[in-house]
Amino acid sequence: MHFAQEASTGFFFLAPWLVFAPLVGLLINLIFGQWFMKQPWGENAVGIVASLASGAAFVVSILLTSSLSANHGEVARWYLADWIQIGELRLDWTFRIDSLSSIMMLVISGVGTLIHIYAIGYMREDVRFKNDVGRFPRFFIYLNLFIAMMMILVAGDSYMMLFVGWEGVGLCSFLLIGFWYELDLLGRTSWSNSNAAVKAFVVNRIGDFGFLIAGFIMFWALGSFQFDEVFEAAEGAAPGVILAITLLMLVGVAGKSAQIPLYVWLPDAMAGPTPVSALIHAATMVTAGVYLITRSAELYTLVPQAQYIVALTGAITALFAATIAVGQYDIKKVLAYSTISQLGFMVAAVGMGAFVAGMFHLVTHAFFKALLFLSAGSVILGVERGHHHLAHASGHHGSKHGKNKGKKKEQRHEPVHEEEGEHFDAGDMRNMGGMRKTMPITYWVYLIGALALAGIVPFAGFWSKDEILLDASLHYPLIYWMLTVAAFLTAFYMGRQIWMVFFGEPRHEAAAHAEESPGVMTIPLMVLAALSVLGGALNLPFEGFHNLGHWLEYTLREVESLSFNAPVAGIATVLAVVAIYASWLIYGRSPLRAGEVDPLKKRLGSVFTALQNKWYIDELYHAVVVTPYMKISQFLADVIDWRFWHDWFHENVIVGTYNWISHIGLNRYADQRGIDAAANGLATVTQWLSVTLRQIQNGFVRSYALSVLLGVVLIVGYLILR
Amino acid sequence: MIPVNYYIILSAILFTIGVVGVLIRRNALIIFMSIELMLNAANLAFVAFSSVIRSFSGQIFVFFVIAVAAAEVAVGLALIVEIFKSKRSIDVDQLSSMKG
Amino acid sequence: MNLDLIFFLLLALIAVATALGMLLSRNAIYSALFLVLNFVTVAVFYLLLGAPFIAMAQITVYAGAIMVLFLFVIMLLGAESLPQEQVLPWQRPLAVLLALALAIESTFIFLTRARPLGDVTQPDESVNTVTNLRALGEALFTQYLLPFEVTSILLLVAMIGAIVLVRKEKRVP
Repeated sequence: MHFAQEASTGFFFLAPWLVFAPLVGLLINLIFGQWFMKQPWGENAVGIVASLASGAAFVVSILLTSSLSANHGEVARWYLADWIQIGELRLDWTFRIDSLSSIMMLVISGVGTLIHIYAIGYMREDVRFKNDVGRFPRFFIYLNLFIAMMMILVAGDSYMMLFVGWEGVGLCSFLLIGFWYELDLLGRTSWSNSNAAVKAFVVNRIGDFGFLIAGFIMFWALGSFQFDEVFEAAEGAAPGVILAITLLMLVGVAGKSAQIPLYVWLPDAMAGPTPVSALIHAATMVTAGVYLITRSAELYTLVPQAQYIVALTGAITALFAATIAVGQYDIKKVLAYSTISQLGFMVAAVGMGAFVAGMFHLVTHAFFKALLFLSAGSVILGVERGHHHLAHASGHHGSKHGKNKGKKKEQRHEPVHEEEGEHFDAGDMRNMGGMRKTMPITYWVYLIGALALAGIVPFAGFWSKDEILLDASLHYPLIYWMLTVAAFLTAFYMGRQIWMVFFGEPRHEAAAHAEESPGVMTIPLMVLAALSVLGGALNLPFEGFHNLGHWLEYTLREVESLSFNAPVAGIATVLAVVAIYASWLIYGRSPLRAGEVDPLKKRLGSVFTALQNKWYIDELYHAVVVTPYMKISQFLADVIDWRFWHDWFHENVIVGTYNWISHIGLNRYADQRGIDAAANGLATVTQWLSVTLRQIQNGFVRSYALSVLLGVVLIVGYLILR
Repeated sequence: MIPVNYYIILSAILFTIGVVGVLIRRNALIIFMSIELMLNAANLAFVAFSSVIRSFSGQIFVFFVIAVAAAEVAVGLALIVEIFKSKRSIDVDQLSSMKG
Repeated sequence: MNLDLIFFLLLALIAVATALGMLLSRNAIYSALFLVLNFVTVAVFYLLLGAPFIAMAQITVYAGAIMVLFLFVIMLLGAESLPQEQVLPWQRPLAVLLALALAIESTFIFLTRARPLGDVTQPDESVNTVTNLRALGEALFTQYLLPFEVTSILLLVAMIGAIVLVRKEKRVP
């Protein structure tokens, strides 16, 4: 049925504007973008248009949520148009507004709008550092497209509509990671960024394949893609079928939400500009997998074996990624692995059946991870500013080699001064240090984000992570221990990062001359910081404060509301504090100096090297998957296609046959000997005939008379013989 | 009591001789004379038949044939004289002006 | 084999012989004279067939006028004999052959195929009477008047034509 409950009161009719508003912003920037850029106020215009579009989606989300709550959480479905109708398959564009999708909508559009505003300031500087100002509008077009696609994903009423959004955000991820497609992270001309984009797309594709097979089985066994119909049919279906569907969907989740074994694209995705990392790879797109599992809760609860596999996958990923994060030097890579680890937490949570805890962590993680990424971007830009300031002040290819510019340098450890500006890595933490004095605002918001991530009370991360740990401790001890260790490592590497970046002395002149970011960037940071502090209020584990839990009850059938458990919370907090103290011992007490080796390396040796090299997983994939594939492809292209097909078969068989038919067959036999001969022969015969018959006309009367006599004789003879 | 067929056969023989004369001789006058012989043979046949069927029609026809033959000879000889004036010969083979 | 037949054969022989003589003479005068003899013979045949008027007309017009005309022209042109044959050597034998074929064919028809037409009887006295001649004249001037008049015009035309043909062209000054 198409026309669902279209509430006469309420703003449900605005549902399509979730998608249309960003699309309108996209179109305006697409059509007028270049014209904007010719005006002096152009960049502001582009950014404001995009931010307003995203903001409009946020306003619509708020209105929809308020209408929903006025309806006591009753699911509202708003039909837009038909899409495919073949036989029994009926797909249409219907928006589903229920408590689960409303949470997602608010997070996406809210955090998204803040990131749009931030991106105005960030991209303004980034395009100048990369010398391509004209590319500015393209960024915002892609960002708005992403918001639109993500809205389709979360507000869809069927698995296929979800999949459309799923693919769409994959596409936007590709476009945005490869935004500087001709460069690499340091600004040199390279395949590096475009390879990262392709890697993201291809690895996601593998996940999508799993999702699609799950979808096909779903339609074949259950007869529909629409959520309510699927859930209803699932109860009577064979468990094997549901198991297959759920496990294949897990493959899709592993791809999109960067779980083992398909997480490898996310660290490479840091090649994109930082707002991209914040929006797509921290706050929203990667959470699509968690949303999918939560949405399919009714399917998963039917097959506990699948749930356990999900939870296990999440827990292993959380632990694995956390270990790698300890050994990373790039500020964004640390956050990337941290994201993978936190996604593991969420996936483990929903695998265990703690959907509320998972969604809670999703929301709080969106706040503080976006905050952390954006702040990291601010740090990177600050260092870049310092670097360019130096380059312009002292002249490029400075002849003043290693001149002491800073006031706080010690004689022995002269800061490093790069010869060429383009190869300076502004994201390397080994080049930073002492940033809390040069970029104070960034320092404070970063600190808040880090504390929230580490799970320190009373920041938001504590409450959400604690709820997951609590649920695990009650039902799944193994997972509980894995997640606890992961939480310990989380606090450790965040501490390490804070000490390395913001404390100590600058290890590079550029860091010494870093400048604070402008207001357009720092204000969204502060908003996100506030949310990171207060976000815990969404679902405190105390009676009367289970807001999120109650809200989600409308969608999920059962919600287990857990109350505060002091031992679990205590262990978690103690571990976090211990981890931070350990990091202080290693990195904070005697700050790292320029050129010095990471002290952990000295202690752990080859283990640290393994961590730094991400456990060599990428190399493993390359050897096991990529290289054979390339070899086969090379073989097919070179030998089969080119040498065999093109060179031999085409030239000899096809062209040869054709030539034979043309030259020998048709030309010689048919044409020359056949037709020409016939035509020429005809002419020859005619000629001979004419030559012969002409001789009758010889001008002699006697011969003419003879012919008359001949005729007479013949006729008379004929008459006689008749 | 001669069957008229004999007269007709005689007429045919004379006619044939006339035909041969037309074809063989190169002298235009001899050819003309052969034509007259042919006409004469035809006249003989007419008269023979006329006597068999006892009607005057054959004879009258012969009368006209003779008259026409006279006219024809007059004109024909005039033509031959003319041709002789230009060609200086009455050999019919000389009358051909076709080349090749 | 009665007298009539012998007579007929004799005359026929003479006729054919003279005809052949005309054909084979090298001299045109000889040919003309042979032809005259032929005409006379044929006139005798006419008499035998009971057509005295035609016989006389034949001798008068044919042998007397036409052949004389021929002789005049022969002697005018000096065309007694011609040089030897030069072209179309194949034509003579072929012509003889074909003519022979024609003769045989005709003979064959009239000997075998044609139904007997009748006999020619000896003419009796009545053919010489005036009434016979009168009847001929009457038929000529009543039934066959038109052809008669047309023939007279034809003769007129022939005369004029002959004169016109041999006239010298007047040069326009």
